[in-house]
Amino acid sequence: MADLRQELKEKIIEQLNLEEFTVADIADDDALFGDGLGLDSIDALELIVMMDKDYGIQLTDPKEGKEIFKSIAVLADYITDNRAK
Amino acid sequence: MGVAITGMGIISAIGHSVEENKTSLLASKTGIGDLRHIQTNHSQAIKVGEVSLSNAELTRQLQLPEVHNYTRTGLLGLLAATAALENANIPDCSTYRTGFISSTTVGGMDMTEKHIKQFDKDITAQKYIETHHAGDSTRKIADALRIHGLVTTISTACSSAANATMLGARLIKAGKLDRVVVGGTDSLSKFTINGFKTLMIQSDSLCAPFDAHRNGLNLGEAAAYLVLESDAVVQKEKKEVLAYLSGYGNANDAFHQTASSENGEGAFLAMQKALKTAKLNPNQIDYIIAHGTATPNKDLSESRALDRIFDKQIPDFSSTKSFAGHTVAAAEVVEAVFSILALQEQYIFPNLNFKTPMPETGLKPITSVVKKEIQHVLSNSFGFGGNCSTLIFSRA
Amino acid sequence: MKKVYINSAVTISAQDTFDSDGFLNEIKGLSGKTVAARYPNYKNYIAPANLRRMAEGVKMGVTAASKALIDSEITQPDAIITGTGMGCIDDTEKFLNAIISNDEQFLTPTAFIQSTHNTVGAQIALGLKCKAYNNTYSQAALSFEWALMDAQLLLQQEEAENVLVGGYEELGKEIISYRRMMEDADGLGIQVPYSEGTSFFVVSSEKIENSVELIDMEVYSSISAESIQDSLKQFLAKNDVDLSEIDVFISGRNGDVFDSYYDLTAERFENITQLHYKHLSGEFYTASPFGLWAAYEILYRQEIPEAMIFKGEIKSDNHIILLYNQFKGRDHSFILLKR
Repeated sequence: MADLRQELKEKIIEQLNLEEFTVADIADDDALFGDGLGLDSIDALELIVMMDKDYGIQLTDPKEGKEIFKSIAVLADYITDNRAK
Repeated sequence: MGVAITGMGIISAIGHSVEENKTSLLASKTGIGDLRHIQTNHSQAIKVGEVSLSNAELTRQLQLPEVHNYTRTGLLGLLAATAALENANIPDCSTYRTGFISSTTVGGMDMTEKHIKQFDKDITAQKYIETHHAGDSTRKIADALRIHGLVTTISTACSSAANATMLGARLIKAGKLDRVVVGGTDSLSKFTINGFKTLMIQSDSLCAPFDAHRNGLNLGEAAAYLVLESDAVVQKEKKEVLAYLSGYGNANDAFHQTASSENGEGAFLAMQKALKTAKLNPNQIDYIIAHGTATPNKDLSESRALDRIFDKQIPDFSSTKSFAGHTVAAAEVVEAVFSILALQEQYIFPNLNFKTPMPETGLKPITSVVKKEIQHVLSNSFGFGGNCSTLIFSRA
Repeated sequence: MKKVYINSAVTISAQDTFDSDGFLNEIKGLSGKTVAARYPNYKNYIAPANLRRMAEGVKMGVTAASKALIDSEITQPDAIITGTGMGCIDDTEKFLNAIISNDEQFLTPTAFIQSTHNTVGAQIALGLKCKAYNNTYSQAALSFEWALMDAQLLLQQEEAENVLVGGYEELGKEIISYRRMMEDADGLGIQVPYSEGTSFFVVSSEKIENSVELIDMEVYSSISAESIQDSLKQFLAKNDVDLSEIDVFISGRNGDVFDSYYDLTAERFENITQLHYKHLSGEFYTASPFGLWAAYEILYRQEIPEAMIFKGEIKSDNHIILLYNQFKGRDHSFILLKR
């Protein structure tokens, strides 16, 4: 599980071009959107593509992302339960 | 009173002429259906407002040589612009200081995406290297119409044609032009289809603007142009005026690159400016052709802005995007033609596919063709980048 | 009708023009097919959270715009108007290539969103929370000129007092290489590299210490060599400026056969100082505002960089400049400046 969390942090930094951040800067329970990491609706769409491409999970409604992308911990749990890759 | 509109031309999914578009509107007949002219993996997952003519058919109709480098954007534009000038009874653009202001987002991308991987070796593909940029179709159309001086292209996403129309009016009012052809053209392209897919705002069924269960837009392609003329020319040539462009406004939402602000501030400001230039109170607007793309975010934002401007007493309104689709850069000029038809026929057009009002606002658009006395029509276009524009048309 | 002034001018280009206090003192000779611009340190002007999505053209545009506002001491312009020939070509090519190489699968939205022509104007407005008039023009080599004309119209009609106007262009990677290939096919094409850059100006109806007056400007989509001479005559007459009053003539020479337009025009002057700039900026659809920036600096500093000299003697006192640009015999523009 710790590996997946680490992997997700690395992917998010790369995919969303968060040059100012390192993996150490993102705590497992930090809010990804809003006041935490400050991600927005476009980032949510980027993460939806990442979920499909890397883990085989397809979200058809962007609103679903709101709950799933709450934090690294929440995201990691969801992927563990639903991954097809 | 405003700037006189003396001609219009259009080609869209609901008709290849003003007459055909009018017939479809009055018959509540949509032009949205399956994609036919573009090869894409998404064709089963979307519905579009496609013009039924192929590029070969457009070429024949325009009597162009078989070998040319017009993009589809250019072909559609030339057809509509030529029709507009014919409608305005202008055989020769050199008799007065005439300008051409077009708009596009796709530009030559419909050809670039097909040929870019052959640009290095294939001579027949290479003619499309220079046609990618947004100004290409504009220049070709201007040359064909023999308009040589003030010629330009505006590209502000979905509000483009509104801004083109506005600029034309301003140039006439400032005395820099006697007449101007204004409008826009966008063809469908794999680029745009895929782009909107990544935003997850494209519906797989017929779009339902302002409906509680709306699930996205239908992309469309179209070209439309208006001919604006100064009062002096109208009087001298004893022109028939179709309608007046009485107001216009341009503002920026400055909220987010794609999403609209919750209270629709940019939309509100654009409408406010348009009412001000038209010297009209909100209660004088008889009909609104909304932007209404049927996306969750924008319809709500526009509804809130309408509530604010009209102080919760919104006049009859509908989105006509369920007829011809969202034609992106051309959207506002397509809807300008529809606005002028509404004024000429004294009919307002339905918001097709609407069933349930949004819980947040309870707003109900018009859902059938209704005969109504209309003096002033307000039309909105809101695009990516927060670009918000509004036009007001008044009866001649 | 209100007069129009340029109150600040900023350019990011292939030369050291953004960070330098000097004026084209140390020149980099441009050679090759394409040359990238010198990119400044964006972090001084744009927050990292916003920077991450921006392609080079957007970063350059937003940065130059910020500096133009700072230099003219304006915090909120009354309008933001941009011009670009090819738009955000980097992100356009990125998204298009993703479509092609991934067969339309796993595409991400950022490149698509950032590929629209109005991205620079939008990002500037977003950064300033500026809800004012916002427009973007794309008409090849008249893209910037139209943005400037729109600003002129707003100011003359008293619909604005301070307008932020700019032009920007990115090289891109693919289409530019094909354009170069076609251009070089017969050896008689453009002799300077294709390049990229951005120039922003605050144009105002208020005259300040730094002001250079934009007397007038005119554009023509297409016009014959003879007619352009007549049009120039009428343009000058309309603005009460005699040929003999013009101190400097700046042309957009790029070494191709269409430079003949500039030669014909130059012949009308006696002993005028002739300058050029595309050997410094490279050629691109919005290279002409580099010339405008240079003209502004010349009038403000009363200094002419040696690197810009094409022909003629340099006078010590220069007050009126005529700029002329065209591209492949089309998209002609005249701009008349005074200080």
